[in-house]
Amino acid sequence: MKKKCFSVLLAMVLAVTALAGCGGSKDSGETSKAVENTSEAAEGGEETTGGEGAFKIGGIGPVTGDTAIYGLAVQNGMTIAIDEINAAGGINGYQIEMKFEDDQSDPELSINAYNTLKDWGMQMLLGTVTSGACEAVVAETYEDNMYQITPSGTSVAAIQYENAFRMCFSDPAQGAESAKYIKNNNLGTKVAVIYDSSDTYSSGIYQAFAQEAQTQGLEIVAAESFTADTNTDFSVQVQKAKDAGADLVFLPIYYQEASLILAKANEIGYAPQFFGCDGMDGLLTLENFDVSLAEGLMLMTPFSADAEDELTQNFVAKYQEDYGEIPNQFAADAYDAAYVIKAAAEQAKITPDMDASAICDALKTAMTEISYTGLTGHDITWGEDGEPTKEPIVVKITDGAYEFM
Amino acid sequence: MSFLSYLINGISLGSVYAIIALGYTMVYGIARMLNFAHGDIIMVGGYAAFFAMVNGGLPPILSVLIAMAVCTVLGLVIERIAYKPLRMAPSLAVLITAIGVSYFLQNLALLLFGANTKTFQSVVTLPALSLAGGKLQISATTIVTVAACIVIVAALSLFINKTRIGQAMLAVSEDRGAAQLMGINVNSTIATTFAIGSALAAVAGVLLCSAYPSLNPYTGSMPGIKAFTAAVFGGIGSIPGAMVGGLLLGVIEILGRAYVSSQLSDAIVFAVLIVILLVKPTGIFGHKIQEKV
Amino acid sequence: MKRMQKTTRSNFITYGIVIVGAVLLQSLDSAGKLSSLFSGLLVPLCTYMILAVSLNLVVGILGELSLGHAGFMCVGAFASAFFSKVTQGTMPDGLRFFLALLIGAAVAGLFGILIGIPVLRLRGDYLAIVTLAFGEIIKNVVNVFFIGRDVNGFHVSMKDAISLNMDAASGEIIVNGPQGINGMPRDSTFLVGAVLLLVVLIIVLNLTNSRSGRAIMSIRDDRIAAESIGINITKYKLMAFAISAAMAGAAGVLYSHNLATLAATSKNFGYNMSITILVFVVLGGIGSIRGSMIAAFVLTLLPELLRSISDYRMLIYAVILIAVMIFNWSRGGRTIKELTSVKLRGIARKKPRGKEAR
Repeated sequence: MKKKCFSVLLAMVLAVTALAGCGGSKDSGETSKAVENTSEAAEGGEETTGGEGAFKIGGIGPVTGDTAIYGLAVQNGMTIAIDEINAAGGINGYQIEMKFEDDQSDPELSINAYNTLKDWGMQMLLGTVTSGACEAVVAETYEDNMYQITPSGTSVAAIQYENAFRMCFSDPAQGAESAKYIKNNNLGTKVAVIYDSSDTYSSGIYQAFAQEAQTQGLEIVAAESFTADTNTDFSVQVQKAKDAGADLVFLPIYYQEASLILAKANEIGYAPQFFGCDGMDGLLTLENFDVSLAEGLMLMTPFSADAEDELTQNFVAKYQEDYGEIPNQFAADAYDAAYVIKAAAEQAKITPDMDASAICDALKTAMTEISYTGLTGHDITWGEDGEPTKEPIVVKITDGAYEFM
Repeated sequence: MSFLSYLINGISLGSVYAIIALGYTMVYGIARMLNFAHGDIIMVGGYAAFFAMVNGGLPPILSVLIAMAVCTVLGLVIERIAYKPLRMAPSLAVLITAIGVSYFLQNLALLLFGANTKTFQSVVTLPALSLAGGKLQISATTIVTVAACIVIVAALSLFINKTRIGQAMLAVSEDRGAAQLMGINVNSTIATTFAIGSALAAVAGVLLCSAYPSLNPYTGSMPGIKAFTAAVFGGIGSIPGAMVGGLLLGVIEILGRAYVSSQLSDAIVFAVLIVILLVKPTGIFGHKIQEKV
Repeated sequence: MKRMQKTTRSNFITYGIVIVGAVLLQSLDSAGKLSSLFSGLLVPLCTYMILAVSLNLVVGILGELSLGHAGFMCVGAFASAFFSKVTQGTMPDGLRFFLALLIGAAVAGLFGILIGIPVLRLRGDYLAIVTLAFGEIIKNVVNVFFIGRDVNGFHVSMKDAISLNMDAASGEIIVNGPQGINGMPRDSTFLVGAVLLLVVLIIVLNLTNSRSGRAIMSIRDDRIAAESIGINITKYKLMAFAISAAMAGAAGVLYSHNLATLAATSKNFGYNMSITILVFVVLGGIGSIRGSMIAAFVLTLLPELLRSISDYRMLIYAVILIAVMIFNWSRGGRTIKELTSVKLRGIARKKPRGKEAR
């Protein structure tokens, strides 16, 4: 009795403080800004003090939870880009403030992250990282008329409204391009696919691939799937591909799982041609991974950390210096997306005193007028549907490094 | 031939489940609590062995021992800080605390080791066994896993039935109050159980990562749940039950994936579990629940 | 008689908290005084409070541990979302959402009965694991369905969207396997959520104070004694289980109509969610309806309020969880609490303090 009474009291006190904290957050914008700046300085190693009259760009992605790796990469890539832009004088002479919020790649939490950023005064959104969350957030940004560019949300519905743009390839584009490439280069006739049926990205590519394979006359002899809960044991899927006599295995999945599939195939002495998509990038940077397993694997990627151009090399060096890792395509897409915002903002000549909706209207037009060259492609342009026009680059892993085809 | 190969894969997966389930079952049998953090101790064991091998350059056997030491200490610390104060609390309160510990370990690992997956190199470096003219491959890791599972079950059974501490454990699991009256130190017995359970988790972690060489902060959580299921399968609290349950679960999972649906393999596993529990409500080797009127 | 009054008074305090809270928040929200974060959280808060209250019916009142509550939420969410998606544009939004609520609750309740019949024969941890198993099965099965519609009617496949063989021109995929349902009408409002919460509270509180409720609690306290005085155990267990499932289904409807997209992941409908709901119940006090409601409120807000410490927030959340459990249940923590509560009562002697439904 006493105990219960106390618990209830305690809970109410907590709730009231919580409420007060929430209501107050709007007025105490200055303090939260200060906090943000310090945390950023700690993270980025460089001060990004915006002060008055700075653009506010928000980012959303999973920085905790089992997809944290993608969100962290995007956060890092975005931080590097914005630090660079600020150091070079900002956008139209104005500095940029950035804030990145966690969504654990859950749609509901993603909305919370978005609302947190709105309270902060965000004017442009770089996010979200994962497709499912992006589909939920894009409905909100459309309602608020907030400019949004997703670095890595690949599903079609992720940018279904006119305020939203994409930096990476869409699922259908990747699936169809892969099928065409395989057919045109005679990489295989009997194809097996192993995909993650619980993942929007992976199943999206698979569906497009299967459709295009039909038109191209590729025979899919085995279509095996796994889910996020069963992504460690691939013995069955690999065995089935082998038994079906597939000479090419298409892997529209992320590199962590791919590394397990490659190891399994090696174990049972199965050596078909493996073909992956942009999620495969990062395979060679897996800590302690035996790169000889990936020998001969081909993947379609917009970004390669091995590329010789100055831009990539600078980015990779900076990333390694700050975060001690080799960046993957998520980081590269985020880096590019930040620069795309800059390019579009300069084209539209927006200023930080404009509100988010006015900025969005200006950027919507500007996006279709710019042409951007960065880490993940040359002369990229955007249509009104928000899709980028990029040429996919196919690379082959030879001696533990990418070889451009 | 592919059926045999599926079966072997199932047994290999099942052995890993079995070793994890042993830890679950021991802790449950003696401390009467579902230690949901067990899966995450596996993950810590995996990381400990990884760092010992890759960063420390130590031989595999030594790395396994280090992982066991780390996990034993971790298990004891968790028991002391989070579970011991709750000895008299309702079991649900302890369950929630264990979930809290599980979240804590996952997020701590995320901060300390980063989100990026690390490729574990198998502690077993022997070549694979090739049968039927190369049509059937059994990897050395599989053989070692199965052997380890059998050895552990045998050793545990001996330990519990033949040593004083083992007998004390049995007594505590039978009736904690009576055991205390007989002069058994209940607290130290439970702590010992946690130590053994955590050391087993380390072994399981190393074998899990050897068979499926990918290590991240969430590596342990799904195998943990599956092993919990396996422990219930076999009758929670029973050591042979954990082994049989683990093996069955692994085989059903792999065969279900191979012959029914790869998307529904988990659903099949859980469906079989439900059927078994409906037929035998306390698992295959479970004791009948006694009811006092 | 006196005890009767006490519970009634306590119940009215609970309703009062909800009504006053709802009116306050709604007017603050309409006046634009709430931060975007908080006004965006209003519907999820209602969802989780309903889930916590409904699970408390099984865990606290019936006394059985269920780890598959999210499964019922999933059923309600998908059944209603499918309905809403199919009938979008054919009837007024309000009516459609009302029907969706009924459908979601009814289908989840039906699943509650279907699953309850076999499951409730088991007890304790075995029951817990079987409910967990059912929850996972539901999540897995939902993920393999592809449903499309074209001029010829509905097409269902369990393989992929291509095998639906739909008419190319008029074909529309409604349920796209693991990608779920996209373009949901977003009907959930805080008002609906608050009313629903109130309805759920009225049902649960009235049930516990009714003849059936006392029968259910007698099963919890002593099953054999209850059986021996002629209480139909199966009937009452099933009743509590099904009502709880139906209310979780209603929460699922609220959830699915709050977001533009609905997919069953291990995060929203997996065992993780079931455990999260269980945490609300245990932390709020097993059997205390008001407590679980408040715990759900506080624990849903907590991670959001911890956003300023970004990387560390989930770690801190875990630490708080462990600390609260130890404080609540350990001997030392209890002594401190007793002392403080004596003092507190000295200060607020007149403060109404009721005992909940237990």
